[in-house]
Amino acid sequence: MRNEGLAGRGSGNWRSRLINPVLDKEFRLRMRTARSMWTMFAYLFAIGLMALCAIYLTQELGSSSASFNPERSRILFYFLSFAQLGLITFMAPGLTAGVISGEREKQTLNLLLTTQQSSTTIILSKLVSSLGFMVLIVVSTIPVYSMVFLYGGISPSQLFQVFIYYFFMMIMLGSLGILFSTLFKRTMISVIVTYGVTLFIYVGTLLIFYVALSVTGNAANNAVNPAVYNWIGHILAWNPGVALYTILDPSAAGQIYEIYNRGQQASQKPVFQLWHEFMIIYALISAGALWLSIVKLRPRLKRRNK
Amino acid sequence: MTHTTTEMEQVIEPAETPMIEIRGLTKSFGTFQALKSIDLTIAKGTVFGFVGPNGAGKSTTMSILATLMAPSSGYAKVDGFDVTEYPAEVRKRIGYMPDFFGVYDQFKTLEYMHFYGASYGIPKQEREQLIPQLLELVNLSDKKEAYVDTLSRGMKQRLCLARCLVHDPDLLILDEPASGLDPRARIEMREILRELKAMGKTIIISSHILPELAEMVDEIGVIEHGQMIAKGNVADIQNRMRVKRILSIRLIDRAEEAEHWLREQPFVNRVLRDERGIHVHYSGHDEEQANLLQQMIGAGYKLISFSEGQTNLEDIFLEITKGGEAIS
Ligand SMILES: Nc1ncnc2c1ncn2[C@@H]1O[C@H](COP(=O)(O)OP(=O)(O)O)[C@@H](O)[C@H]1O
Ligand SMILES: [Mg+2]
Repeated sequence: MRNEGLAGRGSGNWRSRLINPVLDKEFRLRMRTARSMWTMFAYLFAIGLMALCAIYLTQELGSSSASFNPERSRILFYFLSFAQLGLITFMAPGLTAGVISGEREKQTLNLLLTTQQSSTTIILSKLVSSLGFMVLIVVSTIPVYSMVFLYGGISPSQLFQVFIYYFFMMIMLGSLGILFSTLFKRTMISVIVTYGVTLFIYVGTLLIFYVALSVTGNAANNAVNPAVYNWIGHILAWNPGVALYTILDPSAAGQIYEIYNRGQQASQKPVFQLWHEFMIIYALISAGALWLSIVKLRPRLKRRNK
Repeated sequence: MTHTTTEMEQVIEPAETPMIEIRGLTKSFGTFQALKSIDLTIAKGTVFGFVGPNGAGKSTTMSILATLMAPSSGYAKVDGFDVTEYPAEVRKRIGYMPDFFGVYDQFKTLEYMHFYGASYGIPKQEREQLIPQLLELVNLSDKKEAYVDTLSRGMKQRLCLARCLVHDPDLLILDEPASGLDPRARIEMREILRELKAMGKTIIISSHILPELAEMVDEIGVIEHGQMIAKGNVADIQNRMRVKRILSIRLIDRAEEAEHWLREQPFVNRVLRDERGIHVHYSGHDEEQANLLQQMIGAGYKLISFSEGQTNLEDIFLEITKGGEAIS
């Protein structure tokens, strides 16, 4: 009877393959909590409020009466983009840092681990379900962006790139949250460590950059030679904020890589964009984090010396 | 996938594979040895009672069987499959109920069952038939649409049992399924286990209370401090103990002296003394017992009471575990 069942399942039911039981469960349970609704509400409220403030401020600053002002709308777009990044940065660890440890604390994890679901399925389903929720929230902020379009000055492709970047950030921060949730028994500790690491990624990398800059700084003063490529700029490729800035202002990357010539025109176009480098670095880190989570979810059973 | 499964079954499964085979199983947590070389064989269709005081190592043994924990040395096999080598095969064959477990509160009873059914790879049509039957078995049919967090503890316990059965496992590993239940819920649980036994399942069920198990198990194993100190079928162990009585003696004074004196007497197997008095494990019959009382008074001991305790499984258990020495 069981074998028939397995054979029936193997005959390519795409739906059951796409929506596995764990994913189905995660979606159902997540959408049933009042917390999810409040998260969504708070998020939209925050981004709406910030957008209104930004519009008000740019209106005040730009004394010209012209309503069509590309420069002003660009500033507004920058502001919104960073505000959204800030919100995602706060939300992603909160949504993922408890997914495994929470089940452990509620004592449901052992039951899940004795089912036929593979560790990979469990970890990836946890990631996809929290991503799904975050995407839902972020997509629901698109109307706010329409205000920017009203003013003009932003290309749709740039907006698209920014949303790709957000999606990437969610995966990246989500993978870290899931990793710590798997490694640490307590959700509290997992949440703290995830936010700690996130803080390091934002602030720590900047500090390292400035330290590196000041250590090698003397060279810059006697550099009269034209723009040269410098490795220190690559430290900034570890920083999500800088990465977002180079999406918004693509010419920035050239200046960063040729750090000694800030203020001048970059001598040539950068070999590749800083945010591409950022994505490669963190794609590897995310993949590593997910791999480690999958390995560590179940205890290691096999002994090497047999 | 399907191919390898069937092949493995054919290759590894001879006629008389025991359902559980444990050899030299140890488990250490740091320097603490929770299991010290456990050996255990349980034949198919047996209901095995795993008894021992709290902290004896029952749950540890069961988690290892459930592929949730790696042994430090030795091995455990379920239906011929080593739990560390073929965890997926083992998981297919076992229904595990941990001593402490949680439920997804936001699920309704039916959804809860469907989730686990799906997690075991059971197709939807099959589940639609199976799940109502299982809920019927555990008397939860009228709670199908109830949210899981509204169920009582006994109901959750039974729901978890139904969940264990969803993939029709051959072996049930039930860790203290009756703990924390009121007497009525306990009886219900016992009835369900009887039905499962009748269905031919192999069951390993643990408890720190022996009488809870006595009527429904075929064999018991007693574990203490990570060691199996006795095992065998219930009738055997009861027979071996039948002639024994436990005499409780209270004296005005000279208790320590009396303890030594008693040890010298015939038919006395063991003497224990605590604040309540002296407990003598006695294998003599009424005649000898009367003589002992007479001699004790003759020797000048001032007795407050001299009484014969009941010898039930509980006492046997206490005797076995208090002595700490193996009897089998
Ligand atoms: N994860 C663990 N870490 C450290 N010690 C443990 C762990 N699990 C169990 N123990 C210890 O192992 C011993 C056996 O525990 P357990 O198997 O739960 O006993 P039982 O189920 O018979 O009450 C206990 O002394 C317990 O403290
Ligand atoms: Mg226990």
